[in-house]
Amino acid sequence: MIATMKRSTHLSWVLRRELFFRKLGFLTIPQLDPRRCSQVITKLLYLLNQGDSFTKVEATEVFFSVTKLFQSKDLGLRRMVYLIIKELSPSADEVIIVTSSLMKDMNSKTDMYRANAIRVLCRITDGTLLTQIERYLKQAIVDKNPVVASAALVSGIHLLQTNPEIVKRWSNEVQEAVQSRAALVQFHALALLQQIRQNDRLAVSKLVTSLTRGTVRSPLAQCLLIRYTSQVIRESNTQTGDRPFYDFLESCLRHKAEMVIFEAARAITELSGVTSRELTPAITVLQLFLSSSKPVLRFAAVRTLNKVAMTHPMAVTNCNIDMESLISDQNRSIATLAITTLLKTGNESSVDRLMKQITNFMSDIADEFKIVVVEAIRSLCLKFPLKYRSLMNFLSNILREEGGFEYKKAIVDSIVILIRDIPEAKESGLLHLCEFIEDCEFTYLSTQILHFLGIEGPKTTDPSKYIRYIYNRVHLENATVRAAAVSTLAKFGAMVDALKPRIFVLLRRCIFDSDDEVRDRATLYLNTLGGDGEVVETDKDVKIFLFGDLDIPLVNLETSLKNYEPSEESFDIDSVPKEVKSQPLVEKKAPGKKPAGLGAPPAGPPSTVDAYERLLSSIPEFSNFGKLFKSSSPVELTEAETEYAVNVVKHIFDRHVVFQYNCINTIPEQLLENVSVIVDASEAEDFAEVTSKPVRSLPYDTPGQTFVAFEKPDGITAVGKFSNTLRFIVKEVDPSTGEAEEDGVEDEYQLEDLEVVAADYMMKVGVSNFRNAWESMGEDFERVDEYGLGPRESLAEAVSAVINLLGMQPCEGNRGCRSQFKVTHVSTLWCIPRQCEGSCTVAVWN
Amino acid sequence: MELCPCVKNILLLDFEGKRVAAKYFCDDWPTNGAKEAFEKAVFNKTQKTNARSEVEVTMLENDIVVYKFVQDLHFFITGGEEENEVILATVLQGFVDAVGLLLRGNVEKREALEYLDLILLCIDEIVDGGIILETDANIIAGKVASHSTVADGLSEQTFSQALATAREHLARSLLK
Repeated sequence: MIATMKRSTHLSWVLRRELFFRKLGFLTIPQLDPRRCSQVITKLLYLLNQGDSFTKVEATEVFFSVTKLFQSKDLGLRRMVYLIIKELSPSADEVIIVTSSLMKDMNSKTDMYRANAIRVLCRITDGTLLTQIERYLKQAIVDKNPVVASAALVSGIHLLQTNPEIVKRWSNEVQEAVQSRAALVQFHALALLQQIRQNDRLAVSKLVTSLTRGTVRSPLAQCLLIRYTSQVIRESNTQTGDRPFYDFLESCLRHKAEMVIFEAARAITELSGVTSRELTPAITVLQLFLSSSKPVLRFAAVRTLNKVAMTHPMAVTNCNIDMESLISDQNRSIATLAITTLLKTGNESSVDRLMKQITNFMSDIADEFKIVVVEAIRSLCLKFPLKYRSLMNFLSNILREEGGFEYKKAIVDSIVILIRDIPEAKESGLLHLCEFIEDCEFTYLSTQILHFLGIEGPKTTDPSKYIRYIYNRVHLENATVRAAAVSTLAKFGAMVDALKPRIFVLLRRCIFDSDDEVRDRATLYLNTLGGDGEVVETDKDVKIFLFGDLDIPLVNLETSLKNYEPSEESFDIDSVPKEVKSQPLVEKKAPGKKPAGLGAPPAGPPSTVDAYERLLSSIPEFSNFGKLFKSSSPVELTEAETEYAVNVVKHIFDRHVVFQYNCINTIPEQLLENVSVIVDASEAEDFAEVTSKPVRSLPYDTPGQTFVAFEKPDGITAVGKFSNTLRFIVKEVDPSTGEAEEDGVEDEYQLEDLEVVAADYMMKVGVSNFRNAWESMGEDFERVDEYGLGPRESLAEAVSAVINLLGMQPCEGNRGCRSQFKVTHVSTLWCIPRQCEGSCTVAVWN
Repeated sequence: MELCPCVKNILLLDFEGKRVAAKYFCDDWPTNGAKEAFEKAVFNKTQKTNARSEVEVTMLENDIVVYKFVQDLHFFITGGEEENEVILATVLQGFVDAVGLLLRGNVEKREALEYLDLILLCIDEIVDGGIILETDANIIAGKVASHSTVADGLSEQTFSQALATAREHLARSLLK
């Protein structure tokens, strides 16, 4: 029957109708046939498993029919009933119907009834039901039958997420279960107990101590214990002497179960600040796994060693021989991991040998593995720049072979990085790329390479070599590539005056191209490059116009263009705001519920640059302040859950600063009127208050804005501290009618201080090419200074602290910090501060 | 922090990659479309490998997948990338062996579909909401088989006797 169903799934709709009638038919028969009912349920489960889902109505129908089946005493049928109840996830009012049957089962003599009834109940229960059955669950935890105990414990682990207060009351029973002789009961009890106590460091530490000395009855429990031990070690932070519990971990390396040995080895390698001496026994064990007959062990070992090689390459070199034999492993994941590990631990002399082995290996593996290898080769080349020749040859050889887009892109990116970072490799690298584009099937890659040639080619000793390659693209390729080639030729012409005559000749031929873009570009360049085929210098402004970077974020440009209305005035590109909005990091697997309700901060008007500008320009008092330079993000001036929630946005103009206070009244029985903020600027001498704009009325839960404007001298970055007090008239409101009284009382509410700092004057600007912009600014603008940041946990944290303090935009991918090395990390930041164009290179010392 | 070993899904696919039984224990694949895409990807990635004698392992989209093939059935278990691969392999081996015991050695698609209820119960007895319940194949099969018996008294039989009785009952009813 099921085989027939499997063959065509569009019968499922028909089948479902049929099953429903049949099911109802079954239940009218005075005697239930348990076998038939089981089969019906199996079919329903099959449908669900294949991806069908019930509508709400159908689910309810099935649920009610199924509940009638509790009448039967058949074990098999009952078990199927349990399964389908779990799948249907009934709502609260439906659950009540089965509760009494399930509770009866929970106390039945048959162990399997007890165990499974517990699991079902705990799956569908809510808080109130839980308190009713709590007693039984506690008994079940210490039940003689291990299946029952495990069922209760595992259900407890799940329930801890939704009803933690209830589950925490079972501590004593769970503690008893940890001592159980049954292997898996101890495992489940240990898991539950640790989760109950996880916020109490001392309790977890005691648990670990007692168990490391006691008996652990199953490998799973031992693995858990190892994980908890690692956590305790991490939190203990002892600087002096031996690590606590290290001996325990080391002894686990000799356990008889492989899962325990591996867990212990991995735990040791992941200890923070682990020394070579501590690592040695773990690596020895992993080395043995490398030659195991079980692929899982080889995989686990090589993956762990790969991670260790990133931080302790010397410790892993002993395993190199075993790893080299893994290159030919049948499991390609293992082989790739082995190769990348070898590439990390290899030294200069082994590079050539490795390359030979890898060449044979590459043809066997899939593209995604190849990309991993290519990236590892790139890192290797950067580590040993003298070996660039053989590595570059290798890369260009594989570039010529078959491969998908991502793979070839990875290779091209690697070659580009090598060219940039290893000056000696530039000539050969560029030639390799030229040869590649003669044959490249991916337009994107061809255009990228042509663009890159345009930047790097003119700087070489003999740029004319590349002209032939580039010009051939104009003949032979599609329109996009031809256009890119024309631009590249023009770049050569602009940068290298000697080549101008030849370039002009070539460009003139391009005017007759069939494609608009190509013709337009050729014409543009011919008219702007200067001269008419003579060797003259191209005007500097022309160069910037043609080839300079567009420093405006494209998003802003798009918005401005959309807002532009065709009129007498042409579109002014300088009017596009340059501020870069930092993108929120999208988390891939985002769990967790977002807190809402009372804790939420008061919203001002939608916080975009345009919205702020519109808001401020609509207020007559501020209309003559000029163009808004920058608005800060909202700063909280009150703590969470206070009567009045206030945050402030600082708007910077040429000679003025406006504080916008966003206020919310969270008390329903009050209405606030004439709300304003009294600002004490005695600690900010440069500022003089100009005007204050109060909010007329602030009813419950409606956000309102009040403004205070200050004048400040132009030309200096004035900083200062301001203390704020909220002043208003409060009127009592009758909650039932919503009407306020006639008279009110004057009152004040103290807010936190706010500061205006240098960072407020810095506007984040994205720059596409930092080096060019830096070089174009000249020596006079350079300022070198040292600042103390205080101790920070890691390099990454230090870098983000600098970014936040200075208020500048990190560029060229420097936002993240991947290196773990204890050297200076050069982070390049860029900004346009208020008074002058500026940029700053920050070197972070560890 | 979640320190307990956790299984993300258990899959039983046929030799063409179509689903026979599948249970997901986390929200990484929220829609049925996402689940099917994952199954397709994992099937394609492992199709050409030989996973008949030993449990094999691979990585897919930042998850570890352990798998084994028996006749025309492909067994998969998935865990997160930080998970202990050896634990996952042990669970998989328990699953494969338990199914072997329940189908009395005829581990093939036709048998699996005939006794789908046993397969679903088996999966239910191995992992509950992501947490490992049992890894020993004999115990798993014992828990499943004891449900196919007709009355409470039979729980005292050895499980193979119970299994035989179960077979008899099912066969009789299916022939109707």
